[in-house]
Amino acid sequence: MMKTTGQHALTADQVAAYADTASKVLDLTIPEAYRAGVIANLERLFQLGDLAMSFPLPDDIEVAPVFRP
Amino acid sequence: MSALADLSAAAIAEGVRARSFTASDVTAACLERIEQRDPALNCFTTVTRDRALATARAVDAAVATGEDPGPLAGVPYAVKNLFDIEGHPTVAGSKIHRDAPAARKDAGLVRQMDSAGAVLLGALNMDEYAYGFTTENAHYGATRNPHDLNRVAGGSSGGSAAAVAAGLVPLSLGSDTNGSIRVPAAFCGVFGLKPTFGRLSRAGTFAFVNSLDHTGPFARSTADLAATYDTLQGPDPADRAQADRPTELVLPDLLGGTGGLRVGTLDGWFHTGATSEALEAVDLAAEFLKASPVTVEGAETARAAAFCISAAEGGSRHLANLKSRPQDFDPATRDRLLAGALIPASIILQAQRFRAWFQARLAEIFHRYDVLIAPATPFPAPAIGEETVMIGGQRVAMRANIGLYTQPISFVGLPVVSAPIRRPGKMPLGIQIIAAPWAEAVAFRIAAALEAAGIVGAQIAPC
Repeated sequence: MMKTTGQHALTADQVAAYADTASKVLDLTIPEAYRAGVIANLERLFQLGDLAMSFPLPDDIEVAPVFRP
Repeated sequence: MSALADLSAAAIAEGVRARSFTASDVTAACLERIEQRDPALNCFTTVTRDRALATARAVDAAVATGEDPGPLAGVPYAVKNLFDIEGHPTVAGSKIHRDAPAARKDAGLVRQMDSAGAVLLGALNMDEYAYGFTTENAHYGATRNPHDLNRVAGGSSGGSAAAVAAGLVPLSLGSDTNGSIRVPAAFCGVFGLKPTFGRLSRAGTFAFVNSLDHTGPFARSTADLAATYDTLQGPDPADRAQADRPTELVLPDLLGGTGGLRVGTLDGWFHTGATSEALEAVDLAAEFLKASPVTVEGAETARAAAFCISAAEGGSRHLANLKSRPQDFDPATRDRLLAGALIPASIILQAQRFRAWFQARLAEIFHRYDVLIAPATPFPAPAIGEETVMIGGQRVAMRANIGLYTQPISFVGLPVVSAPIRRPGKMPLGIQIIAAPWAEAVAFRIAAALEAAGIVGAQIAPC
């Protein structure tokens, strides 16, 4: 099933494959009962994240948080 | 004696200092009110009765010896249960943190309230770990809206807003990361303040999203909200995110009027998905303030960026427990935190870079305007358990749309007074009165002028 994520299209299967790999990287086991909900939320985050990723920012914009030692 | 529980914070402080009644009388009245009304509302998760009565006696003793207990002498208040209260675990709406050690001291803002003579009555319900807009908590139950017990109170500071709306306490404290003060204030028909990011101490509160969290008060009038905010200001070295700003009192100039203030009404994104009644609420204020329409570029992206940062920081913060005991999370937050833990860093860093860009756009607008107004929510409080809501003849997901208009504003840390529009016989709706960074006083002046004109205002709900 094709899912559109803003300008950057990912299939639901691709999001699921990402979730499986990324959770392994973090040593995070996602119980089967929660897996569909996690993937649905991740799809939504990718859709919204794509809005930020596709926004044409100038090179001189830096991240907002300021660390004060 | 229950009439004492109906008084404003200002009237209580005045009465206690003038010895018209005692702090102990007021505290007893509010404790009785909580016993009567809270079983139906579910605002309080802890009532600190012994502490409250002891604090009230200390206030009364100070008054008796001619000392001034402070500007909030004998005023009862309560806090969202993510504020540390000495001797109690800070549960932050969770089951998991019931097991946490008891706090060894009060949160910074609790200490400031107590120093001003206020009397802490307890801790209030919230969405688990502040990740939600409805306070339908799986562990502690839903907090009910005092204007209609079948509807949500809003969240995540739902207990804080509902307790003030129901007359359980005249004041409360909450926190706002994406709208968690402004949304429940709007749904429950009370005033709320989300100050400028970095203004008030967050020390001793359970963080949700470190780069977006704010603390702030709720009240039933602008005067009470202003007095509380003035009490809460001041440096707290224990909060690394607090800005180095002087205390800038708002109460002295609260009735300064709107003369010379340029007001804009945010359109575009801030109208998208709104019900007609939410837009009519803003129009009432806009007409009085002679506001002109303003479009801010990038608001949808700002909301999306805040959404992603919140999920990622929340997921990262709770990763250890998500690994070891995911079954103990509220199902309403668990899957979102798990997904948030998996977001690529590049998205989050880009979202933070966009934050700087969007901040510059708002700064440009504030060269031309002193205040911006917008709806607080797209619709009034939905029914408890409702998953969808009708907007413009279409059924849309409810929870995902509650914070549409609040998220872009907190994303760049602007100060906002959430003010309840007077709608007799209808469910409350609120507007955001948004000012430039550090210009809380301007937002307060606008809110007070609207209150004096009868356009906004709060009353104890007849629950």
